[in-house]
Amino acid sequence: MKVIYNTLFKRTSTFAVVCIGSAFFFERALDVASESFFESVNKGKLWKDIKHKYE
Amino acid sequence: MAATLGRICGSKLLKSVPALNLQQANGLSTAKTWTNGQKKLVATIGALTGGVGALIYALEQSVEASGTEVHPPKMPWSHSGLISALDHSSVRRGYEVYKQVCSACHSMKYIAYRNLVGVTHTEAEAKAEAEGIMVRDGPDDAGNYYDRPGKLSDYFPSPYPNEEAARAANNGAYPPDLSYIVSARHGGEDYIFSLLTGYFDAPAGVVLREGQYFNPYFPGGAISMAQVLYNEVIEYQDGTPATQSQLAKDVATFLKWTSEPEHDVRKQMIIKVVGIMTFLAAITYYIKRHKWSALKSRKIFFVPKKD
Repeated sequence: MKVIYNTLFKRTSTFAVVCIGSAFFFERALDVASESFFESVNKGKLWKDIKHKYE
Repeated sequence: MAATLGRICGSKLLKSVPALNLQQANGLSTAKTWTNGQKKLVATIGALTGGVGALIYALEQSVEASGTEVHPPKMPWSHSGLISALDHSSVRRGYEVYKQVCSACHSMKYIAYRNLVGVTHTEAEAKAEAEGIMVRDGPDDAGNYYDRPGKLSDYFPSPYPNEEAARAANNGAYPPDLSYIVSARHGGEDYIFSLLTGYFDAPAGVVLREGQYFNPYFPGGAISMAQVLYNEVIEYQDGTPATQSQLAKDVATFLKWTSEPEHDVRKQMIIKVVGIMTFLAAITYYIKRHKWSALKSRKIFFVPKKD
């Protein structure tokens, strides 16, 4: 815990980098998770599930 | 913020002697300094706001109950769930129904062929659909207007050049543009489905003029559109049996998509919003506990001065 604080959170510069970096990964994770959840709930109804019939 | 709050009224918030609470509330109240006139004014505004709200609610309710038209029953649409997407096979079939049946009288001027790409048709298919129509374009180099096959960027063709022509061809009734019809009618897709399948002979006592038909779901009952959907009136590309209710369901789903093209994205956004809000609520709760922990565990001692 102390290591994390001293290396990442103590200085504003590193803290800002941590904020921006973690926001990027958090958003990617949330996007991917919610999209895969949406697609599994609506399996068979979406265009990506039926487009193979028409290509 | 918690620290500021604590500095201003920390001791008051920490005390929990019941008898003191009223007194504290009294001490925090800003209404004490009001004159009688101000109090009456505030009370009047409150009563008026409540009264007008109740009146609007009552009027809205009574309007719902008036009229002779039948309200459409709620149908179990496959897209009516909180996170349920549109059934794109159904939307595609609905496009076939629109193209072969509805478009004879109804325009859909806000939907372009490019909108079909990635929703119901591949790009090649949508191009082929667009090439099936002729579009007036121009002027060319010589200043002349000319007809050309449609492109992806062209909007769906209208059956009549203007509203007057549409009325003249339909006994004075104007077939509405169908682009946003599901959002534009009470009951949405339930109404479209019920209207399309709800035709029957006019009951005794209902007088219809020439060119009018009876439909209990249509306000007034007399509709100028004849019944158009019958079993097997068209043939589906994918071989689905084209019963009347199947046709009505598919075209209603298609019209739902044209009215709300953002439908699927919006439903997906619900999942994201719930996810991120849960996360933020957890963080907020933790930070609140963290910031208040010092204040909540504070003890104040009276230490008498030693002489």
